[in-house]
Amino acid sequence: MYGAYLPKKPKRTLVLGSGALQIGQAGEFDYSGSQCIKALREEGVQTVLINPNIATIQTSAGLADKIHLTAVTPDFVEKILVKEEVDSICLSFGGQTALNCGLELEAAGIFSKYGVRVLGTPVQAIRDTEDRELFIKRLDQIGVKTARSRACNNMEEARAAAREIGFPLMLRGGFALGGKGSGIVETEAYFEAALTRAFDGGISQVLVEESLRGWKEIEYEVVRDGRDNCITVCNMENFDPMGIHTGESIVVAPSQTLDDDEYQMLRSIAIKTVRHIGIVGECNIQYALDPKSRDYRVIEINARLSRSSALASKATGYPLAYVAAKIAVGYTLPEIANAITRRTTAFFEPALDYLVCKVPRWDLGKFRGASMRIGSEMKSVGEVMSIGRTFPEVLQKALRMLDIGVKGLDPDAFKFEDIKDELKNATDRRVFAVATALRDGMSVDELHDLTRIDPWFLESLVPVVRMHEGLKAMSMPLPRETLVEAKQLGFSDRMIGKLTSAPRGSIRSLRQEHQILPHVAQIDTLAAEFPAETNYLYSSYHATVDDVAPSWRKKIMVLGSGAYRIGSSVEFDWCCVNAIQAASELGYETIMLNYNPETVSTDYDMCDKLIFDEISFETVMDVYEREQPLGIVVSMGGQVPNNLALKLHQAGVRILGTSGESIDKAEDRKKFSALLDELGIDQPRWTHLTSVSDADRIVSHLGGFPVLVRPSYVLSGAAMSVAHEPHELQRILDRARGVSSVHPVVVSKFEVNAREIEIDAVADAGELVLYAISEHIEDAGVHSGDATLMLPPQTLYVSTINRVKKIAAAVAKSLHITGPFNMQFLAKMGDVKVIECNLRASRSFPFVSKVTGTNYVAEAMRRMLGVRRPVENRSLDLDYVGIKAPMFSFSRLVGADPMLGVEMASTGEVGCFGDDQHEALLHALIATGFRLPKKGVLLSTGPKKDKYAFADEVRVITDDLLLPIYATPGTADALSELGIPCTRLEKGVGGDHAVKVIEEGKVDLVINIPVEYDEQGRPDGYLIRRRAVDSGIPLLTDLQLARAVIEALRHKKRSDLKVIAYDEFLARANGK
Amino acid sequence: MTQKTTRMKLVLEDGTEMLGTAFGQPDAVFGEVVFNTAMTGYIETLTDPSYRGQILVSTYPLVGNYGVPAPRKAGAMDRPYESDRIQVQGLVVQNYVDAHSHHLSTRSLSDWLASERIPAITGIDTRTLTRRLREHGTMQGWLYPEEMGLDEAKKKARAIEMHDEVFRSVSPSEPIHYKGGDLRILVVDAGVKDNIVRCLLERGASVIRAPYHARLAELALGADGILIGNGPGDPKDLKPLIDQVRMLLGSYRRPIFGVCLGNQILALAAGGDTYKLPYGHRGVNQPVQDLLTRRCYVTSQNHGYAVKDDALPADWEPWFININDGTNEGVRSRLKPFFSVQFHPEASPGPRDASYLFDDYLRTVGAMARS
Repeated sequence: MYGAYLPKKPKRTLVLGSGALQIGQAGEFDYSGSQCIKALREEGVQTVLINPNIATIQTSAGLADKIHLTAVTPDFVEKILVKEEVDSICLSFGGQTALNCGLELEAAGIFSKYGVRVLGTPVQAIRDTEDRELFIKRLDQIGVKTARSRACNNMEEARAAAREIGFPLMLRGGFALGGKGSGIVETEAYFEAALTRAFDGGISQVLVEESLRGWKEIEYEVVRDGRDNCITVCNMENFDPMGIHTGESIVVAPSQTLDDDEYQMLRSIAIKTVRHIGIVGECNIQYALDPKSRDYRVIEINARLSRSSALASKATGYPLAYVAAKIAVGYTLPEIANAITRRTTAFFEPALDYLVCKVPRWDLGKFRGASMRIGSEMKSVGEVMSIGRTFPEVLQKALRMLDIGVKGLDPDAFKFEDIKDELKNATDRRVFAVATALRDGMSVDELHDLTRIDPWFLESLVPVVRMHEGLKAMSMPLPRETLVEAKQLGFSDRMIGKLTSAPRGSIRSLRQEHQILPHVAQIDTLAAEFPAETNYLYSSYHATVDDVAPSWRKKIMVLGSGAYRIGSSVEFDWCCVNAIQAASELGYETIMLNYNPETVSTDYDMCDKLIFDEISFETVMDVYEREQPLGIVVSMGGQVPNNLALKLHQAGVRILGTSGESIDKAEDRKKFSALLDELGIDQPRWTHLTSVSDADRIVSHLGGFPVLVRPSYVLSGAAMSVAHEPHELQRILDRARGVSSVHPVVVSKFEVNAREIEIDAVADAGELVLYAISEHIEDAGVHSGDATLMLPPQTLYVSTINRVKKIAAAVAKSLHITGPFNMQFLAKMGDVKVIECNLRASRSFPFVSKVTGTNYVAEAMRRMLGVRRPVENRSLDLDYVGIKAPMFSFSRLVGADPMLGVEMASTGEVGCFGDDQHEALLHALIATGFRLPKKGVLLSTGPKKDKYAFADEVRVITDDLLLPIYATPGTADALSELGIPCTRLEKGVGGDHAVKVIEEGKVDLVINIPVEYDEQGRPDGYLIRRRAVDSGIPLLTDLQLARAVIEALRHKKRSDLKVIAYDEFLARANGK
Repeated sequence: MTQKTTRMKLVLEDGTEMLGTAFGQPDAVFGEVVFNTAMTGYIETLTDPSYRGQILVSTYPLVGNYGVPAPRKAGAMDRPYESDRIQVQGLVVQNYVDAHSHHLSTRSLSDWLASERIPAITGIDTRTLTRRLREHGTMQGWLYPEEMGLDEAKKKARAIEMHDEVFRSVSPSEPIHYKGGDLRILVVDAGVKDNIVRCLLERGASVIRAPYHARLAELALGADGILIGNGPGDPKDLKPLIDQVRMLLGSYRRPIFGVCLGNQILALAAGGDTYKLPYGHRGVNQPVQDLLTRRCYVTSQNHGYAVKDDALPADWEPWFININDGTNEGVRSRLKPFFSVQFHPEASPGPRDASYLFDDYLRTVGAMARS
């Protein structure tokens, strides 16, 4: 049946990835790209992948035939499509990055020049959906309504449009991902400010649109094949109505408040529109629907796989990306098998007999100065999805999954100073404010007036709050009916226990006594209408029978990483998937527990059993008791599962690999410190601080300021800060004590001007099996997740490397480590001190695995299962360099200060290779959006000594790169003292003049080294940094990194950068 | 919930018992228990005459979300109602939602059910129930207040006789005329959904809606085309109708279009056969393929019987098939303008992909009327 209409099947296809994770474009594209490659492979089509995101599954062995860890930019893509001799290209699996890159290449005539065919949706259809004006015109042709909108190319046009449409109105930028530069504007003054920001931010066109705030926001996922068969796979409804970006909204699937007429009306419009535009593959269409009539507007169409399509795939079990890829090579929907039932086809629309709820995960608190408000711009960094049978059940599950310290929809979780304001002007905590308001007796009507959230959702929460308050008045033993009702409303054992003051563990035993257990149900796409052998499961207290029984095979269970957040993202999913695969190769049945819809680990074909559920003590125990696996892997999913290790161990669960006690010994600072002392290993001086009054004494005991302050059980430096003087310490302590009451605050000496080194390793019964030592380009003090890593190290002494290895070996031995671990060190003047040790896979495991060509995770998993195969450790003698560089999303976080510190701020990373450090660094930086300077450099080095320390590099800028230097007054003085010519910028009010140089486009690189102390930052420094970010100009804020960049620029031009496939590098490592 | 909670029980003929809570009117009823996998459309479904006599199970766990609009006036045919009353014997859901929200809603689902004395039960694991029905095939069941006890419920339960009464109870006693445009369509009503009539009227036809026991040959003289609509029960129980249609197939020269039950009647009248499906097709996501064009459509369906493809007479051919299970979804005459589909092109509830069939039908009717 193949090839019914397609002239010829492609032989070799280029797949564009999405690059580093950033706000608005996250792990979902690893999912869609991997599915695409898998689908093409099945067809015998060779695939070449371009994606610099080294922590992805798609860039791993066994998927694409060729992998290029290179920026997805037109120049590199052109080089690669020539080098790899591809005959076709897929643009729709790598998010907006891939789509935009493809549009540019097409416009430049590259595809026709090399005879490369675009598979799937034609480029013209993509243009029709991306260009607002075209889009509105195309929909007009078939009488489909869009929001009244005017595309404006300058301030004057925008003002005229505003007069025509009237306030309030919606302002948005075209060609942008995640609604960047968009917002609802109510007043003229704010309108002017927003316009300035948009046009300065490099957006050439803004759209002034009618505001549809308060309308329902509905999405449909649509699939169409080349023979015009068309279906909608799923629809979704936002809990938060129009006005809040869909990526910022709580979303449910299917829609809950639409009657059949509305559901079918929007479905019919979706199909009509998709046919008219000519999508071939998958797309999503967003609507605003008037809650008081059947009036609607089409908001937008994404002619590609998207975050929503990933969510819809997980929500329904319908593999959208896989099907889209099959369609791209010429299949029609009825020719593609339904992978779940295996007896029906891909031409059908899933019937759900459950509902799902997605809640975004924000990390706004991590960004100094960032606004907590949410709105039409995307700010969230991850999301969770829960599955159940009522809205309270799924919402409470999802809120716990966020891992933000709440135990569900807790009306007491937060204190709101002005609850009405909180409800009206949403922040990341609005849903809790709704609960609090309900607790305090606010009516659903008033809540609806303030929030515009549909009364259906609000009413659904009433029983939760009622139960919450009711439980407070009850005590153990609870009546069976109450317990059943509470569990069906989605309450956790811990929450019930807390509210009824029950002793720890007693709710669980009471449940077991009454046989109140969750049952597992299948996600089978057809609501049980046909038998399905699917392994995709969720649990619910509304289910009365398990759909599937546990098998008798020997099996293991891997705990996933949960929501992506700052400090924990796709890299841990890579670890989980590789652990699963390694165990599977050894003949074990594998069970995956995770709840993040953006991941590959939650693809049901990655494991033998996928349980899409919470990763909490309660749920893990429920699964463990039912499935009885040989053991649980807690060391692959980052800190979320790691934190459960000790508790699970104490409950009698077998933890695979390193023991729960050892994990605790490494996590508990006191125990770990004692261990280091015992082993004679140096560490920065530290102490526990329990009382603020002790602060002075303790600081002097540590040897004076600066000091590092942090709570224990830390990931990505949550709530870590550096204090340089007593007042700052006071401020930090005031804040930190609120954060953590169980664990005391740790204060340690903060070392300056030290190198930072990491070791990623695998041990077996205490013996080091594999290790890789990476060096940070930045000095210690920049969070390791924000640092630029080099492997193999380029500047370390051999003695330092040996010392690091010896320490790691000693720690492995004494903690009897079996499995993965990671340690971080400071090196200063020949001394090596340990700053951190995690007995789990770290963020850099995918990086070191890929650079060395040895899969550290697979090896760790084998060792944890007692399999010892000979391994070769090869990490120091590579004749290429791998560099991992962070990706920041500051441009999306209005007001946030783009400064590096002990708090992690990056949202993603890339890993690129080169013949030397310079080539690798430039590749990596370009892959994070860095553009090499061509016009001029703005220099502002805060600390006095840095002004001089950077002199050589400044000379390189002027003499070798031949770029003019603009310097702020202090820096200019220092430069003229050294005889280096520069344009001196006047101090001006609030640093106006430096900002002006940026605004006028005279500079295209800003180097701003902030003064370290004063946590507010210097106002003019902040303005320079912020303006650089808002204008999309590369910004360097670390002295060592700036040095490395200038040095690299001296050695290489962009055109010098070679494109070499990953396997070509590896072949070199293997002796060619 | 609007009334105090009453415990309800659902008992299947294989002895399965499920306990839940009542909504609607807590009475005892008996009927065939069937499941529907649609996620919206409970108002349309509950009033669909094809469900006459059956106890309906919703696989989607939340029912009642958007409430129920005001009742329609006598003689009116407003959406979303598909007939003048609730047709099912009873309703089984996982979670009934009383706190409804919709701009058209004036009452809760429970209040509506109660106003028509229809019992319903919530708190049932409908997925598990559906699996059972799928594995055993559809079964008879009793829905009753727990305190009544099964024996008494069996005595008291309201039931509908499914061979004759069921058809009479859903069709008009006399032909009804709906004034529209020039083309006159005779709709044979053995439980036809209002939306079939609306679909014809919207496209500019006039409709004569005649009961299945009317003298069709006479009425057909005044019509430009015939549409045999949907309805409940086993088509073979409509022998007189089949005989009447067989006569028409021989003499009638204008287009005949069948929908659902109409598909089965046409096939039987032509000399084909029908059989009972193990658990039927009831949902709004049923994929069908046009065997000639290979085009696929997602359709709304509700039928327990199907036409046997391999028993069709030589001058008839299969038109559509169900992509999921390969069963027949439509037949047509090779020689004459007689054709029918097993699914519901009028949707309501469900996708409107196949509504083009009404356009095609009326185009054919128009062309033949002019010739």
